[in-house]
Amino acid sequence: MIQSILDGILTGAIISLGAIGLTLIMHILRFANFAYAELLAIGAYVALVFDQLFPVLVPALDTAFAPLTLTGALALSMVIAMVLTGLSAVVIDALVFKRIRQKAGPLSMVFASFGVALVIRNVIVLIFGHHAQLYSQDIARATVISFDPLILIKPDQVFVLALALALMLALHLILTRTTFGFALRAVAENPSLAQVAGVRLSTMVAAVWVIAGSLSAVAGTLYALTNQLNPLIGHVFLLPVFAATIVGGIGSVYGAVLGGFIVGIASGLALMILPPGYAPAMPFLIILAVLLFRPQGLFGEEQQ
Amino acid sequence: MIGLVSYLTFFLTMAGIMAIITLGLNLHWGYTGLFNGGVVAFFGAGAYGTMILGGPSQPDQFGGFELPYLVALGGGVVIAGALAWVVGLLTLRLRHDYLAISTFGIAVALEAVARNAQWLTGGARGLRGFPRPFEDQIDNNFLFGVVFLLIVLTVLGLIWLSIERLVNSPFGRALRAIREDEVAARALGKNPVRLRLWSLVIGAAIMGAGGGLYVSYTAFVSPQDLLPILTFQIWAMLIVGGAGNNRGAVLGAVLIWGVWTLSGFALTRLAPASMQIDAGSIQYILIGTLIVCMLIWRPEGLLPEKIKKSQPMTARKAASNSTRE
Repeated sequence: MIQSILDGILTGAIISLGAIGLTLIMHILRFANFAYAELLAIGAYVALVFDQLFPVLVPALDTAFAPLTLTGALALSMVIAMVLTGLSAVVIDALVFKRIRQKAGPLSMVFASFGVALVIRNVIVLIFGHHAQLYSQDIARATVISFDPLILIKPDQVFVLALALALMLALHLILTRTTFGFALRAVAENPSLAQVAGVRLSTMVAAVWVIAGSLSAVAGTLYALTNQLNPLIGHVFLLPVFAATIVGGIGSVYGAVLGGFIVGIASGLALMILPPGYAPAMPFLIILAVLLFRPQGLFGEEQQ
Repeated sequence: MIGLVSYLTFFLTMAGIMAIITLGLNLHWGYTGLFNGGVVAFFGAGAYGTMILGGPSQPDQFGGFELPYLVALGGGVVIAGALAWVVGLLTLRLRHDYLAISTFGIAVALEAVARNAQWLTGGARGLRGFPRPFEDQIDNNFLFGVVFLLIVLTVLGLIWLSIERLVNSPFGRALRAIREDEVAARALGKNPVRLRLWSLVIGAAIMGAGGGLYVSYTAFVSPQDLLPILTFQIWAMLIVGGAGNNRGAVLGAVLIWGVWTLSGFALTRLAPASMQIDAGSIQYILIGTLIVCMLIWRPEGLLPEKIKKSQPMTARKAASNSTRE
């Protein structure tokens, strides 16, 4: 039971990181972006490439920070992945979504996002293959916290949780303490009014894509660090991050964070009753429950 | 020669089933503006429903009621419609993209059930041995194929005529009215939620019919038939053909199914052995790129929706203005 909750919190932290960007995108651009979770995949694979490249260039980077399996190379790769994934999010928007936004409704963008997701996922398959990959071949030893009930925690998992929380705190400070943060919140609240007040919408949209891309890159890399990496990661995370945004209320960053933890923990607990094969369906049940009892989500605005 | 003709009947039968599903999606997207992200869920509900109701009974297996063919097919259609009714009831009052997310979710959930609920769906092995209609009367495989093609084409024709009648009735005009301007339609006393719900249920039932026909053709259904790629294929068919135009939907179905089959054939024949394992991925990239390119360069499709001439000029202007906003 406690082990399930702990595992749920860990998955929840990763879902939260993914959901923050999605909730902003869905609120500002007003479309459900089904290609969004592929950003996690892009981030994780970019990190993989550089993680294999750095130790060749600088062998010293290949030593892990004990007791973690995280190496200096992977830490650097994660930063590069954040930048490149943020950029690719902007590029995808400029290539596809912006053009469709200009002449068609938001639902055409939803169609297009499915197409984009299909292309990205299968290009990854072509380049990296179907098989699962790992950043580190070292065995991550778990620390026994208690024997009865048996609770195991890996140092990597503590690191993942700490980094996720730190990034959320940083985003919180940016949103509440900087002019840029105010502008972003203004756009999320009311795009036309923000424009009247002199906020450039296109800059803000690009900024949101960068935030979304870089947080997703971290989420994808952290997931691959604690589990494994395969091209289906985007498909696996798609429904959970949607569930988190709907639970939290579309447009609410704090809602997305809380929603991510709720989805993670609820899925973890549900697997105590249900066979693991039903795991992919859990976020859908959570979505249904939220739509039934509180359609606007925990922190969402009332919508007609 | 007989081999080629036999393959052609197989191809046309599959294309006909795809066309039926595309007509269902056209009712959703083309005429009502509903985004269905889980076409495969309704197809699968119809397929599994028909199989469970009409299939042979097996030990340790729920279902296998061996009902008469038309009852089993009808049951599958009703199950698909009922599934849509539940999803619609929960989501149609909310933001438009909630329907997209929920229908996508139901497809994921249904695939999980199909893979895991051994007692109901046979798990990963699937269910087999559906008694195909007229199979006992016709002992010639080729002749059976031709007869089945005629059945599919008949059903396709009937559904086409029904949808044409439906969308040209007051109900259909109301659907297009809420698609173009919901507030105006509501001011005229139309109830958008109820109209959308009906459109969702009818369209899903048509997709269920496609699933039922598929099962009665292959006599076999498994979770492999529930992969999300079917949803993408059907969309590509509708977008390429032209949403809001039944002729376009059927043309798109035949065209895309042809491209899909030919590209698969070409890849297995021409691609080097080392690339064979990636052939599926290349086809997926093809479909994805096609959807995106069509949406960017020709969103109205090959055969665009025709607005009836009888409509007054002012109404048409108003309609095009409201979409441009």
